[in-house]
Amino acid sequence: MAEQNGAAKAPMSTSLVPTVIADDVHIVYRVYGGNTGRGSATAALNRLVRRKPNAGVREVHAVKGVSFTAYRGEAIGLIGSNGSGKSTLLKAIAGLLPTERGKVYTDGQPSLLGVNAAMMNDLTGEKNVMLGGLAMGMSREQIRERYQEIVDFSGINEKGDFITLPMRTYSSGMAARLRFSIAAAKDHDVLMIDEALATGDRSFQKRSEARVRELRKGAGTVFLVSHNNRSIRDTCDRVLWLEHGQLLMDGPTEEVVRAYEKETAR
Amino acid sequence: MSTVSETTHGSAVAMSAPPSPDGGLSAAELAQKYGLAVSGARPGLAEYARQLWDRRHFIIAFSRAKLTAQYSQAKLGQVWQVATPLLNATVYFLIFGLLMGQSKGMGIKTYIPFLVTGIFVFTFTQSSAMSGVRAISGNLGLVRALHFPRAALPISFALQQLQQLLYSMVVLFLFLLGFGHTPQASWLLIVPVLVLQFVFNTGLAMILARAGSKTPDLAQLLPFILRTWMYASGVMYNLVEALKKQHAPGWLIDVLSANPAAVFINLMRSSLISGHAAHKHIDLPPHVWALAVGWALLIGAGGFVFFWKAEEQYGRG
Repeated sequence: MAEQNGAAKAPMSTSLVPTVIADDVHIVYRVYGGNTGRGSATAALNRLVRRKPNAGVREVHAVKGVSFTAYRGEAIGLIGSNGSGKSTLLKAIAGLLPTERGKVYTDGQPSLLGVNAAMMNDLTGEKNVMLGGLAMGMSREQIRERYQEIVDFSGINEKGDFITLPMRTYSSGMAARLRFSIAAAKDHDVLMIDEALATGDRSFQKRSEARVRELRKGAGTVFLVSHNNRSIRDTCDRVLWLEHGQLLMDGPTEEVVRAYEKETAR
Repeated sequence: MSTVSETTHGSAVAMSAPPSPDGGLSAAELAQKYGLAVSGARPGLAEYARQLWDRRHFIIAFSRAKLTAQYSQAKLGQVWQVATPLLNATVYFLIFGLLMGQSKGMGIKTYIPFLVTGIFVFTFTQSSAMSGVRAISGNLGLVRALHFPRAALPISFALQQLQQLLYSMVVLFLFLLGFGHTPQASWLLIVPVLVLQFVFNTGLAMILARAGSKTPDLAQLLPFILRTWMYASGVMYNLVEALKKQHAPGWLIDVLSANPAAVFINLMRSSLISGHAAHKHIDLPPHVWALAVGWALLIGAGGFVFFWKAEEQYGRG
């Protein structure tokens, strides 16, 4: 009942159904081989013989106690300097990294779209569209239906018939565009985009921003990591500012971005 | 309840501060109320099997795509599907048939199909193991980008090897006909043998995929283990005869001839190769079919459970 009331009065923040809840999330990376010792074979043997398997392990506390709740229909920007824990937090939400303490609750399976999310480079773009769709759980009919749409969206064929070439022949921008197009073809409950839009050209960025808005209308939640404040302002209505793995600010886009710009301008 | 609509008048306020009905709830209670699940948690075994079944089209399409991509950089292309097993058989024939004279006992007419069957059947298991160990560690990009039950990868690689084997079987049939072994009813037995071996290989690939994702060093070590296994399974010679010649103890002969590779190889040989010489030189251990089914079930089901147990850990770090 409360939900229906909210929906009637505030259509934008549709009835505030939570889709992602981060509850005091801590993430610790364990890095192997980050030791100061020599990386030679004799050094490795020496370690094995002396039974010191942990000699090379270092811990990096990347996210320190972040809590927030994201709702249906929201587009949330993540800002902060390099190494502030934005991508790590997204990976934890996607369930790709274990949390050290705290928990992440999600509605359905969140999808993370990153710049280094490689697909199958030895296969053609065409096969990648098919396989990517099937792997995401789409049926063959659905993919066949949307195939042309995906290819057109990616703009791969604008400069000739590239979709029938292996993906290893693509430029990094083209590959990133195709990956985004494949992932965006499905209606995700929660979609996280990690600087993937930055690689495309301006016309592609415009298309993808439009698609992000569409996904939000379909009651999804979109997270966007970007160092481009304009694209954050264009797409997001709420922004989380992370610094040193801690949540510095959480609020409406304009307010947080302005504070962030003030901080970085100094 | 009516306070909800009053506090949500400005979207900015509403978004940074959740309205009252859920305000008093802890994160866990809120998650439960709206049916949210812990991200990255491992599904139950039955649910996992169901998810995997939903991705069957992905598994099949992925194995086919990988098979055709395998030789896409070679000029002869798909010819290598057939040429590779053929060359493989030729090399072993030169060494074991001509140089070491293994064929003397059974005659060239029986030895060549004997050898080629052994090599093809063992290669099926060998390459399933080799691609299994890299199934996760070699596809981290895919694992980190998309969500699907990870067992789809090792299963898909085992399926790719099965399709590769079917090409090899064509070569094998040519050899059999060329050396005067006419088709007979027992040839049909290769179907159950292949099914059982495929189940065994899939389980093996899943076990190695989990081990290889934790310890990538295994990919370096595995070729040596597999080569030892090959020589211990009588791929190029009659295992029992060779062991008896060395005065090996009886239990060692029993153990080695009951090992899964030897079981599948000898079952295939006895179904395909006819003639007096073959019967004398193909030694089937007692209860050979029970052994084959047992190995397939043990490794197939065991591998699946073993792989599922670490489902939430693949692609991390």
